[in-house]
Formats: sequence, structure tokens, C-alpha cells
Amino acid sequence: MKRLLVLGAGTAGTMIVNRLRRRLDPDRWDITVVDHDDVHPYQPGYLFLPFGTYSPDKITRSRHACLPDGVNFVIGDVDRIDAPTNRVTLVDGRTMVYDYLVIASGTTPRPDQTPGMLGAEWRRSIFDFYTFDGAKALAQALQTFDHGRLVVHITDMPIKCPVAPLEFAFLADAWLQERGMRDRVEMVYVTPLPGAFTKPIASARLGSMLDERKIAVESDFMVERIDVENKALISYDEREVPFDLLVTIPLNMGADFVARSGLGDELNYVPVDKHTLQSKAYANIFAVGDASDIPASKAGSVAHFSVEIFADNFCQLVAGKPMSGSFDGHANCFIESGNGKGLLIDFNYDTEPLPGKYPLPLVGPLDLLKETRANHLGKLAFRWIYWNVLLPGRPMPLPTHMSLVGKTTNKTTAKATTK
Amino acid sequence: MPVTTLQGHHVNVNEEGFLTDPTEWDDDLGSVLAAQIGITLTDEHWKAIRFLRKDFEEQGETPTLRRVSTVGGIPIKSLFALFPAKPAKKMAYVAGLPKPHGCV
Repeated sequence: MKRLLVLGAGTAGTMIVNRLRRRLDPDRWDITVVDHDDVHPYQPGYLFLPFGTYSPDKITRSRHACLPDGVNFVIGDVDRIDAPTNRVTLVDGRTMVYDYLVIASGTTPRPDQTPGMLGAEWRRSIFDFYTFDGAKALAQALQTFDHGRLVVHITDMPIKCPVAPLEFAFLADAWLQERGMRDRVEMVYVTPLPGAFTKPIASARLGSMLDERKIAVESDFMVERIDVENKALISYDEREVPFDLLVTIPLNMGADFVARSGLGDELNYVPVDKHTLQSKAYANIFAVGDASDIPASKAGSVAHFSVEIFADNFCQLVAGKPMSGSFDGHANCFIESGNGKGLLIDFNYDTEPLPGKYPLPLVGPLDLLKETRANHLGKLAFRWIYWNVLLPGRPMPLPTHMSLVGKTTNKTTAKATTK
Repeated sequence: MPVTTLQGHHVNVNEEGFLTDPTEWDDDLGSVLAAQIGITLTDEHWKAIRFLRKDFEEQGETPTLRRVSTVGGIPIKSLFALFPAKPAKKMAYVAGLPKPHGCV
């Protein structure tokens, strides 16, 4: 019996076992998944919790219920991976041996990494919304917030869902307007990046959306610490940003057991080949989803597109064939912009988000990099798709690789403007 | 890609002035590039630049500030003092490496 062990039953881990259980002979392959609890969160839903759009029960399910029959589900905390002997030890002492290991333990916000963040103001005037508890606490705080400085802050890149802080800012702006309080609130967007987003065309578009909403941008800001007494962010180059309500995205890091096992980089991400997700150190270890160091967004869509390729590759590998699939870094995401509208962006390792149509080039129906009601509805519909299509690994009518057809590239934009 | 001449060095650069071929770099060019952005290199600067060069050679990518700090042992605070305002970008420029694209 061959053993496939998957660490993490989140988005990537769940999709992997659902796909591979159908394709690997049950008489020859044992599949086991480990996670620390039995709660599978729909993480994109956290964005809406602070504004009361979703009730908490809509965004969690049992991890076990998302897994197929014929897969062992183990609840426990991983202590370490002993890669030379193909062995994983749990904190409670249980040991598991594998032939192939998939690390799908994701990335986690770490407020403990910034001095002052977890101090007396944590969840009083300092909030995160990337955790269920954080998003819920922020929802309460917003109920009583009626004036002052609202600061949205990113500690450092990479972060999970890099557009979510922008979405939060757009939604907060719309939410405050609806309540007639926007004039009494000063909004600031603080980022370690030189602009609103990582890639130039999207950054310009999203940056002007911040301008239109009178949200000031403090760029190239690397936070060193939080001055709890004076309620201010302090950067390494000694700039100060005071706040009354701080919504921060703490430093994101991979699992500590990855570091303990000597398999991680400086942020505990597993170095892998960016096209096959195979560990650079061990040929029988893969890291899929947010746990790897690939230079793509840490996002469910990246996990989804890469799992499709990984599953095919894995079946080839165990059949003794070379892996023929190559992941291109394809990602797409809806960006909520408030007032029932949203944008959609589609990009990969080499091509930044560009205007165009999706998923069918030239046809759509969705517009890329443009605010529309359809994109907002797409985002809301996605929750159903996530539970019912994506996690079970049912076929999605979306191309795995990114397409450039019908997109407006730099060159064509330049031509159009010189006419 | 444009070719430019900096005090006798013929180098290939991109539109932002970053070297496109890290093998065209040497210590002397490092000092010239630093002067271009108003920095006079001290031993402390060189320690950071040497780490960047070595790490790029081993990893194939320009290290982020956090990596220079945790792996290279130079505190982020010092990097901001040595290469003011945009240390990641400035260090890469002086070391003849591509801008770090860890930030996605």
C-alpha cells in the first residue's frame, strides 16, 4: 500500500484529496489528511462579516464533511516532518509514515510579529479581519465608530488575498456613506508597496479609485512597531500614522512546523519549483496553495488552478512518467468596490492584470478591471461555487491557463492613446 | 533594452536603470551606481550588497528586506538608514540585480 499524506484540509488540501481519491486506486493508495480542527472556513466571507452582510453560520462547514469517502481525516497539530525518513510526528506523539507528502498548511496572520500589535489596544482599537474572531470583533467595533481616523494597514507582503485590504477600504467608505458618517471619518490606506497594488496598470486603476473616495494613501510604509499609548503606527524610517480605529493585516507566515522541520524560508514558506510545486529539497514532497514560496498571489484561485495541474502531474509521477503539466501562476479575483459593484482581475506570473473580458475572451460576460454589478454578483455567487463545485473538485468551465486573447495590453493602450 | 555607459562601464539596463545582466556588475560599478542615487558606500553598505549578490546567486531571486534582515543579519532599521526611503529597491539597484518581486 502506498501512502499519500496531506497536511492541511483547507482549500488546497481538500481539493487535492477530492481529486486524487477518484484517480488513485483505493486498493493501492491510502490517503490521509491532517488538520488541527474540524472547521473549514469560507475565508472570502470574512470580508463581509464586519459589515453584517453574512451571518457566521454561512461561512463555515465541517472539514470532514468536505472530504470524500475513503480518505482518513486526522485531527492533530503537526510537530515536525522528518523528510529524510518520510515521517511526520504530531504534537501528541502520533507518528505517520508517507511515500508522498503534500504540505497544504497555508499562511496565517501573525500579530505577534509586530511589537505593540498584541498590546492593550488589540481588539479595542486595533483589529484584523482575516480571522473569524477578528472579523466578528471588528463588526462590533464598527457599530460604535462614528468619527475619527480609520486606518487600513498592510504590514508586509506577501499576504493572503492581496486585494482584500483594498476591498475593505472601499466597503468601509460605502458603509460610512450609507450611514451619513463619511464626512466625520478620515480614511488612510497604509501600504509597504509604492502604490495601491503590486502591478502597475491595476495599481493605477485601484489607486484612482482610492482618490475618488478621498482615501489618502501612505505608501512605502514598513511598520516597525505600534505606539500603543499614542495610538500610532511607527515605520522603520520614523514616520507616524495616528489612528482611532486601525484595521491591520498582520505579517503573514507559513506554519511553524515547516520552520521546525527545516523546510521553510524566512517566512516559513516551502521553496518549490514554481511550475510543478515540487519541493526543491525532496522529490516526494510538494507544497500546494499558500504554503509554498511561488511568486503568485496567496489566494484560493491560485490554489484551484495549480491543484488541477498538480493532480495530473501527481498521477504521472506515481506511474513513473515525467510530469508534463506546468503551472503559469494563473490567478483571478473579484474586488468588491462598494455600492453593489465589483471588479474582476485575471493575471499570472508574467502578465499583469489587464482590461478585457472573462472567462470567454471578447465575450465575457464579465468585464476585467472595470466596476460592474455583474462582478459583484459573481463574487456573491462564488460562495456557492466554492462549497459545491470547487472543493469537491467538480469540473469548472474555466481555463486553467491564463489567456491573453482580447485583453488590452500596454502596447495596444499606448497605440489607442496616440491616435 | 538600452545600453548605457557609466564612467567607462558599458551595461545593459531596463527602463528604470536596473542592470538586466547581473554578470556585468563588479565592485567598482557598485560604487558608481550608488553615486547615481547619492549614496557613498561604507563597509555597512557593502555588507548588505555582498549578501544580496550571494543570495541572488544561490536563490535566483533578489531577497526581500525581511530576508536581508533575518537571513543576512542586518536589521531592517539599519537598511532604512543606509538606503533611505526605498531600501529594497535601492539595494537591488546598487547590487546590479532586478527589483525584488517577492511582493505580489
